[in-house]
Amino acid sequence: MSGIAARPAVFIVDDHGLFRSGVRSELGDQVEVVGEADDVEPAIAGIARSEPDVVLLDVHLPGGGGQDVVSAITKSHPGVRFLALSASDAPEDVIAVIRSGARGYVTKTISGAELVGAIRRVAAGDAVFSPRLAGFVLDAFASAQPEQRVRPAFDSELDQLTPRERDVLRLIARGYTYKEIARELFISAKTVESHVSSVLRKLQLSTRHQLTRWATERRLT
Amino acid sequence: MDQQPQSPEASRCTDRQRGLRTALAPHRHGGWSRDGGPLRRQERGRFVGGVAAGISARTGIGANIVRTVFVISSLMGGFGAVVYVLAWLFVPAVGEDGSIASRAQSDRRGIALAAGAASLLAVILLIASLLKVSWLGSLSWPPVIALAALVLIWRNASAEEQAVMRRLAEPIMGGTPGSPVGGPRRRFRFRLRVIIALLLLIVGLAILVSEHLTRATLKPLTGVVAIIAAIVLLLGPWWLRIARDLLAERQARIRAEERADMASRVHDSVLQTLALIQRRANDPHQVISLARAQERELRSWLFDGRAPGSLDGLATTLTDGVRLIQQEVEAQHGIVVEAISVGDCALDDDLTALLAAAREATVNAAKWSGADTVSLFAEVEPAAVSVFVRDRGRGFDPAAVPKDRKGLAESVRARMERRGGSATVRSTPGEGTEVVLTMPRAASHREPSPAT
Repeated sequence: MSGIAARPAVFIVDDHGLFRSGVRSELGDQVEVVGEADDVEPAIAGIARSEPDVVLLDVHLPGGGGQDVVSAITKSHPGVRFLALSASDAPEDVIAVIRSGARGYVTKTISGAELVGAIRRVAAGDAVFSPRLAGFVLDAFASAQPEQRVRPAFDSELDQLTPRERDVLRLIARGYTYKEIARELFISAKTVESHVSSVLRKLQLSTRHQLTRWATERRLT
Repeated sequence: MDQQPQSPEASRCTDRQRGLRTALAPHRHGGWSRDGGPLRRQERGRFVGGVAAGISARTGIGANIVRTVFVISSLMGGFGAVVYVLAWLFVPAVGEDGSIASRAQSDRRGIALAAGAASLLAVILLIASLLKVSWLGSLSWPPVIALAALVLIWRNASAEEQAVMRRLAEPIMGGTPGSPVGGPRRRFRFRLRVIIALLLLIVGLAILVSEHLTRATLKPLTGVVAIIAAIVLLLGPWWLRIARDLLAERQARIRAEERADMASRVHDSVLQTLALIQRRANDPHQVISLARAQERELRSWLFDGRAPGSLDGLATTLTDGVRLIQQEVEAQHGIVVEAISVGDCALDDDLTALLAAAREATVNAAKWSGADTVSLFAEVEPAAVSVFVRDRGRGFDPAAVPKDRKGLAESVRARMERRGGSATVRSTPGEGTEVVLTMPRAASHREPSPAT
């Protein structure tokens, strides 16, 4: 898959036609848009057919949540990666779609250049954390901080952020780029990315109450 | 009438508006309350002539109680009906200058018609009483007066009241000519209903009348049942329709009020903003910040239930405060503030000072950095609260600070240090500036948060 870095194949799922064409024109020829869909069913069919590198996925779809698309596709096409796009900043929306397997989340107000960057990063297998998502994660993992030393045994490694991961997330929330974070923390950009990926994994697999609650709330509504 | 002004239409229009206002007044105080002024027939809440609603508004007694009294006293001798109809005739409606009676004085034909109808009914009743139908005879005078008054009302009421009367009478009369209701089938069914009802009525009356001839106690009962069945058959659909109409009217009114509320809010917020955006179309920064501010307002309205422009967004917690800073700075300086807060706590004096410093730093970044986005990040930790204000603007060399910049740094720092906090400013020319504000939390706040 050497072509990915140059022009990733992108599939757009959003129920607003206007928004889809807006994204298409913003992305320009930096990516190859291989298809688009406006609802869960056509999205699953279209993605299975065109096998894109990255799916830009709206969290809210008329026929269900974006997480339905993610869970259906990851079973049949594990190579397809998802980047969630949302107008909503509600944690339950964002966390639900991340926990179902999306590799990142950005708001719909993101600029074209930033979106291209995020798509590239997701296509390369990295995680994309917007400042907002970093804030959510810090919130969700914050509550056990004070008694970290007397941490109960059942609190698995997945349910805790390391201090380094916490530093990285804080800097993301403060508006730093990965490169700036690397410089700030005296680590390499690659290490920053591995921290972020590890946070993403914890985010998806942790059984922390806050995360499961957010995810359940979304699924139930 | 001589009292009528030159242009009756125009005066009626303004009178109606005035009437509407007075009629609305009791509702403002919630529920029914005394109105003060002279007895007037009400337009709002009117069922037939608005008499009961008027009495209710005048005395403070519930309109439905008044109606019940009228109905019961009508059934017992017809007295209530007469009082009602006469009140309808002689009490002016809200917003009208004269009563229907004052207008009826000049209606010669109406008076003649009323007299005719009344004497006709009187004759029928007289014959009935001669035939020893004592049950009918006992009702002799109230129906006569009521009928005469109704004829006068019918001829002299305002067009609107006539419409109400027509609507009420329509099911009995079988659809007035020109009314859109009756197709041929409907009319046939209606006639069938009326005929059956009349037959039942006659049979029932006959049984009752012949009561003294027979000894069976079952017969009067059968007669009463037959008459009740006739009445239900005749009037049932009519009552159903009135009940339905009332319900539909109330729902329509609630919907209209909701829509008006929605419209005024959308107007105050969205439409105003769209107008501003059109006027500033050549200033992208302004347009973006207007759109952002509007988006946030709509979002907080739709999802948090906070009305646009309401003041309950005034901060009581740190997160609220951060959001307020974001809104103010975006609105005043036309830049995007990306505000994120982690954790939350109630504001005390120290944290209010922290927020004031954060606001100053944000405004400063908006004014001087030249960047179009400022990141505002607040984190509540058990021991301290930190706020980071970061821009990617032109930055500056801390060693060679211009006067205004230094002024800011000093004032922010002084404000923080007075409260036991700290402020650091980091800036690199060409890369931007970050202000870090930290305020230790009061010892009482440092209780560990529960593990989850």
